[in-house]
Amino acid sequence: MSDNITFTIDGVEVKARHGETIIEAADRAGIYIPRLCYMKDLIPHGSCRVCTVMVNGRPQAACTQPVVQGIVVENNTPAMQKHRRNLIDMLFVEGNHFCMFCEKSGNCELQAMAYRFGIPAPKYPYMFPDKDIDASHPDIFIDRNRCILCGRCVSASRDVDGKTAFEFAGRGPHKKIAVNAEANLGDTNAEASDKAMSVCPVGALMKKRIGFAVPIGSRKYDTKPIGSEIESSTRK
Amino acid sequence: MDKPKVATTSLAGCFGCHMSILDIDDRILKLIELVDFDKSPVDDIKNFTGQCAIGIIEGGCCNEENVHVLQEFRKHCNILIACGDCATMGGIPAMRNNIPLKECIDEAYKNSPSVYNPKNITPNDKELPLLLNKVYPCQEVVKIDYFLPGCPPSADTIWQALVALLNNKPLDLPYKLIKYD
Repeated sequence: MSDNITFTIDGVEVKARHGETIIEAADRAGIYIPRLCYMKDLIPHGSCRVCTVMVNGRPQAACTQPVVQGIVVENNTPAMQKHRRNLIDMLFVEGNHFCMFCEKSGNCELQAMAYRFGIPAPKYPYMFPDKDIDASHPDIFIDRNRCILCGRCVSASRDVDGKTAFEFAGRGPHKKIAVNAEANLGDTNAEASDKAMSVCPVGALMKKRIGFAVPIGSRKYDTKPIGSEIESSTRK
Repeated sequence: MDKPKVATTSLAGCFGCHMSILDIDDRILKLIELVDFDKSPVDDIKNFTGQCAIGIIEGGCCNEENVHVLQEFRKHCNILIACGDCATMGGIPAMRNNIPLKECIDEAYKNSPSVYNPKNITPNDKELPLLLNKVYPCQEVVKIDYFLPGCPPSADTIWQALVALLNNKPLDLPYKLIKYD
């Protein structure tokens, strides 16, 4: 299909296809819009709001908003970056993110996002909420202390694995990832080889017995900021 | 002119951040040329001798003595740096924050399988500082000017921060020096 729609992101002209979202068009153009819940090939959930951009002066989630001819998108502006930083700060204080012993550290998208924004410490008071861990499954576990409720595992299990092993339960501060079983994760049909097991941006849904396999210094975000793979790509 | 003074302390920490300060290796000779150490475990000075340019805090506040020391540091230091994850977010000690204090103490002195405590004593000497209900990051107790994350922050991070602040330059850490682990 041809790139027949043109619009601008921060004044740069971007060509897009009909039906594409702003984030898809930006990725192809090598423009990085920070995101946490969005993942290529999954149905966008639009829940984290980190990818919020101004579209003709109104805030929209770039992962769910389709491109339209001639729209003016503001992405890397001080106002948007401040908004994103606030969201990242909130995610850190709303959970129990102990990076120092987390198996995901160095490969964690939330941590990498904080690194990219140069956040030395969140500006809000820590909440230290009471969350639980479900390690009842022989090969996988859920650590809800680290969950940012992005919904990737819900979508991957439902739309890719065809299992619906995970779903959200509760609302507001009580919202959590629940499992589709009478009791625990171990009672579901989820398996370590599921797509759902490879999509968690943080250390919430993890495979057992692979922690700390990659040494410090060689992990995904040790030297390169998140998003640099998109920024360094050339337009296809 | 007198050299500016630096004070350091370890509150609810493991002294790992102080080990990381020592890890600046031979740059410590340069540091001694630049500054004098005041109250610090490095020289074992127990009380402040005067106003300090920089105070480096390792660890959060888990008891009333930590709070007292932190407030003393705020009073005596022009710039206060929270050094390491315990100072900035509570760290490992903060894992007790969603367990009631009594449960923590019972686990440590009564219930844990490795406990040998035939008289069933829980330490309650008047000399012991009282534990706080939870572990607080430093910025929730006093105003903190700069944060150095990491467990511990690398020697390069600490060095770069000290050099920048002693030269009245903005503290601008590069990507590789902001780490939470």
